[in-house]
Amino acid sequence: MFKLKCDDFLIYDEATGTYSMSAEQKVRDETERNRWKTTGFTLLKDWRLYLMLLPMLLVYLLWKYLPMYELTAAFKFGPASNPSERPWAGIYAFQTIFTGSESTNFWMAFRNTFILAFYGLLFGFPTPIILALFFNEVRSNVARSIMQVCVYIPKFISTVIVTSLTVLLFQGTTGGTQVGVVSKLLGAISSSSTLHNRLDAGLVYSSEYFRAIYIVTDIWEHAGYDSIVFFAAVIAVSPTSYEAAQIDGAGKMAQMRYVVLPSILSTVIIMLIMKIGGLLSVGYEKLYLLVPNNTIGNYKVAEVVSTWSNRLSEAPVPKGTQDQAFGIAGEMTNNLIGMILVIGSNTIARKVSDVSLY
Amino acid sequence: MKRKMEVSELIFKIIAYVLLIIFSALCIYPLLYALSSMFSGFDAVRDGKVVLWPVDVQGKAFMYVAKNSTFWINYANTLFVTFVGTIWCLVYSILGAYALSKKRLMGRHGFNFFLVFTMWFAAGVVPTYLNYQQTGEIFASIAGKNTFTDIDLKWLIVIAMGMNATNIVLLRNSFEGVPSEIEEAARIDGATELQILTKVYIPMSKATIATVALFFGISRWNGYFWAYKVLGGAQSYSWPVQVYMRDFIKIETNLTGIAPSRENGSTIGADNLGEALSYLYSMVVFAMIPILIIYPFIQKYFAKGVNMGGVKE
Repeated sequence: MFKLKCDDFLIYDEATGTYSMSAEQKVRDETERNRWKTTGFTLLKDWRLYLMLLPMLLVYLLWKYLPMYELTAAFKFGPASNPSERPWAGIYAFQTIFTGSESTNFWMAFRNTFILAFYGLLFGFPTPIILALFFNEVRSNVARSIMQVCVYIPKFISTVIVTSLTVLLFQGTTGGTQVGVVSKLLGAISSSSTLHNRLDAGLVYSSEYFRAIYIVTDIWEHAGYDSIVFFAAVIAVSPTSYEAAQIDGAGKMAQMRYVVLPSILSTVIIMLIMKIGGLLSVGYEKLYLLVPNNTIGNYKVAEVVSTWSNRLSEAPVPKGTQDQAFGIAGEMTNNLIGMILVIGSNTIARKVSDVSLY
Repeated sequence: MKRKMEVSELIFKIIAYVLLIIFSALCIYPLLYALSSMFSGFDAVRDGKVVLWPVDVQGKAFMYVAKNSTFWINYANTLFVTFVGTIWCLVYSILGAYALSKKRLMGRHGFNFFLVFTMWFAAGVVPTYLNYQQTGEIFASIAGKNTFTDIDLKWLIVIAMGMNATNIVLLRNSFEGVPSEIEEAARIDGATELQILTKVYIPMSKATIATVALFFGISRWNGYFWAYKVLGGAQSYSWPVQVYMRDFIKIETNLTGIAPSRENGSTIGADNLGEALSYLYSMVVFAMIPILIIYPFIQKYFAKGVNMGGVKE
């Protein structure tokens, strides 16, 4: 007779030829049945951990998740004939910003958000990597430390100061003289008539030069500090790899291509995903300070979705109006697209290279 | 062959040095410019004569800001918000990160998602502002006041702002890097959960904690937008110094691209742009002093703190 080899959960009784459940299995089944009790026990045993978690959860719940409830305002306002708040008014706010009366401003802000974010990524992302590679060339520790201290500093200067200094350095004519140092320099080296015309009013407030200034100051602020992560990855490359490549006759560029790049690639991908995650939340604090109102020359290129939304709900418009709902709807669209971007880039990175952030 | 290789390396090195020196100089230049303008003559500042060194050296702007009591009240507010706010953020972040770093914590993935989701999706400026108003009302009713403008909103700024999920992830990763054998040894010796955290984990994650503390502190010190939105004009006595500086720029200078509104509350008077700018430069310098003092002490932890925490999951 065929005897099952399953002693750990069944016991074969030779005399009767029947199987009965082993004592271990009974215990196991009992545990399974009482799982909710063990769950309770684990929760109880680790109550200290949960208590530790509690303040953080509360703070995030109150000030990160509760604001999401306010998004419902986007669905509560109807057409102008009946603009007041209702329990449910459908997607009127979205219709208004996509195709209705607010669409011109919304799409302008939306386009600006994308353009600023895209340029920021295009020029702002490679710069810290290049800086890290350059720092790796500096063999003297003292010289490198001094330079690193210098390039980190802008990150720690407040937005108010950065924007003030930006405006001051690019300031235009006051009583016939160019006051901003950078304006003076640009005026001296360039003969472009557009530039000279714009210099008088102040370059920051001109629609032609605003984007460039925004991107350059952004790189100035962040590139040095962002290079830390890449520098850590670059110095982790073992010197023997370089030596091997040198023996094989690889020049500097070939070493970069075949030794350094593969070793820092995972860091680059992770940082890229993080950058894309914050892509559409382009620095609204900075833009808010640089775009004082909608009559200034840079308004058409500098207004992004969050500043537009904020402008719609700022005084003189009181709280809880229809305009505010439009702003909320617009920003929600923007942030949802941002979320899709980060999840998408993460998925692609995981598929292509086995590196992913989340 | 060998010679060619050396040439390409030498060229690269020269380019690296030159560009690094230029970039470092550019990073530091605006600060030197502010410092020089602070000690320059008002007319020289107005006419843009200051390039690197002070012109017509004088200390009037320095004295004006040093004696400006409103500025120092706001400065004290910033110090308070930075100090208390950083400690508060650090406390709940460290506690939370410690709990999240434990594999045995049930629902760990759920809590992690709860945290990380805030990095992907944010409610936005207006909903956040409405939320601050409402939670402010709750605080006010707890304190027995009518509306949220009756309470000192410094406390709302301290408790509700400066959240940063990235910092918590950095801390969590750093705590996960501590070998579990050390924790078990401590547990066998009878250490409680809190003792394990304070005696084992925190000392072993010093670099990350220092870096994260600096991040929190800097964002507090430099925080402008939400403090301005929440406090508005009503609670100017609670303004942080950044808001005061912004207000000064708006009233006294033409830097916002619109004519200065000198008539409301100007302390300088019309047609003294150079003077206003010099005062502004002095404030800029004063507002950076605490950061420049603390920065060198923490700077050495950066590479270690950021790298050790990493951004891996």
